[in-house]
Amino acid sequence: MIRTISVNVDEKLSVDKFNIDERNPHIILKDNPSTAEVDKLILCCPAALYKRDSQGEVSFDYAGCLECGTCRILAQDTVLEKWQYPGDARGISYRYG
Amino acid sequence: MSDYQAVVVGAGCAGSVAATVLARQGKSVLLIERGSFAGAKNMTGGRLYAHSLKAVFPNFEQVAPLERKITRENISLMTKDANTTISFTSPELGERDVTSYSVLRADFDNWLSSKAEEAGADCVYGITVEDLLWDDKRVVGIRCGEDEISADITLLADGSNSLLSERAGLAARAKPRHLAVGVKEVIALDETTIDDRFMNNAGEGTAWLFAGAATQGHVGGGFLYSNRESISLGLVVTLADLCASEIPIYQMLEDFKAHPSIAPLIKGGQLVEYSGHLIPEGGYRSIPTLHRDGCLLVGDAAMLCVNLGYQVRGMDYAIASGEIAATAAGAALDDNDCSAANLATYRSLLEESFVLRDLRAYQHFPEYLAQTKRLFKEYPELAARIMKSLFCVDGRPVEPLRDKVIGPVKGIGLFTVARDLRKGMKAL
Ligand SMILES: Cc1cc2nc3c(=O)[nH]c(=O)nc-3n(C[C@H](O)[C@H](O)[C@H](O)COP(=O)(O)OP(=O)(O)OC[C@H]3O[C@@H](n4cnc5c(N)ncnc54)[C@H](O)[C@@H]3O)c2cc1C
Ligand code: SF4
Repeated sequence: MIRTISVNVDEKLSVDKFNIDERNPHIILKDNPSTAEVDKLILCCPAALYKRDSQGEVSFDYAGCLECGTCRILAQDTVLEKWQYPGDARGISYRYG
Repeated sequence: MSDYQAVVVGAGCAGSVAATVLARQGKSVLLIERGSFAGAKNMTGGRLYAHSLKAVFPNFEQVAPLERKITRENISLMTKDANTTISFTSPELGERDVTSYSVLRADFDNWLSSKAEEAGADCVYGITVEDLLWDDKRVVGIRCGEDEISADITLLADGSNSLLSERAGLAARAKPRHLAVGVKEVIALDETTIDDRFMNNAGEGTAWLFAGAATQGHVGGGFLYSNRESISLGLVVTLADLCASEIPIYQMLEDFKAHPSIAPLIKGGQLVEYSGHLIPEGGYRSIPTLHRDGCLLVGDAAMLCVNLGYQVRGMDYAIASGEIAATAAGAALDDNDCSAANLATYRSLLEESFVLRDLRAYQHFPEYLAQTKRLFKEYPELAARIMKSLFCVDGRPVEPLRDKVIGPVKGIGLFTVARDLRKGMKAL
């Protein structure tokens, strides 16, 4: 069971600088991925982009991705249809690093 | 004729140094980076051990964007509400050959790639290398979208989530037990507040590592580095162990920040950046094949990183491997022979250098950590119990010191503690 979350990661991401490619998602999920595999990504994605609502519906938003590759390592074959780095200097741009 | 003698992919520590050294040898070099500037995609804990940078840029201390010279080393064993810390400070930490600095990568990497440019490398930013070019089994360059660029040798310095080392057929996708995920907040505070809070002299800084409740008993740790006008605070947790947790990494970080020994350190600070990145932690045994015809792997892409709990090193290895790869590549270009057989000198030079000597020396350590989870729970609690028995005074008659120490140790088992200690010593 994943413990209750008290932190709002979106607020943290809102201080970061992004240049999102609205037309080309660089990560795409498969249809109906396994619950256990998605749980790994809920636990490990630092940007909290993998979510499951109270009905058990999985959602994912590639905007906010820190491009760390964690989900690729854990679930390239099971959950992900596609994982690429964003092209054209899109995506996260750290000002401190 | 190839477009370039050497193409280097990735302008992190490894790539920019490799490009600099090759350009200094008069080779035609292209350094290609996907961020809009070098550093835009990179994050570290961090602290840079400066020795390997100094070998390439002897005057870096005058010109590189460094945050603070680390002169205070803290290590903590943390429980849910207590924290046992060893703090070490000595002028020797700041002396010539052993200096280390806190750094922020956006500025640091930007500076480092400017040095490659100064040395004569062509540098392009905002371009992602998507694939390699092949001539039978030989790598002969790179492809970015429609553009193809040919090279006699291609150096892959694309970091811990290296798509290209897999494309090159040198590495299989790394295993979750060989990688950790790091999260970090950069928290702005004014310079004098940082000096006062961390007892730093002006320009000097603190490196602080935490084991135990920081990662809620999971394999990994917390870190804090003081920068000039900010604090880098974060966590690193091994993926294989985090997958089995009940708490997401970002919530662990939030709980860590709220710990009674951390909260006062960041009080009044303002979050200015949140970041995430993978770290290779598998050590020597997880190193992929490092070369093939026309191609070399360097830095994190080659998994050249160690995390010992009290010490995290990847940047100095990345820099050294960049330099060594450039030396090997330069010699192969001079021989007009970039075959795997001729590039094998890269591996042998690395083996002789501190890089693979260190990784070999620590090769059993990742396994030791994974198997000794007591380090992350029972031992921090043991330390806190001993400290409480020393420092909590309530007027009851005192116990002998021996009982205060041995009592809590017996809780885990004398034999278990002795065995963990012995194994730990062996693994280091
Ligand atoms: C949380 C954390 C804490 C750490 N703490 C420390 C520490 O205190 N001390 C220490 O020494 N080390 C530390 N490390 C490790 C250290 O950061 C790395 O070992 C080091 O950054 C590796 O450098 P690199 O040049 O190999 O890779 P990176 O710095 O990752 O550089 C790779 C570069 O390649 C680019 N790239 C990737 N793919 C492509 C592509 N397809 N096309 C074009 N460009 C591409 C990237 O944008 C990036 O610029 C830490 C790491 C983390 C994550
Ligand atoms: S790459 Fe990292 S930040 Fe992006 S979705 Fe995957 S795990 Fe999350």
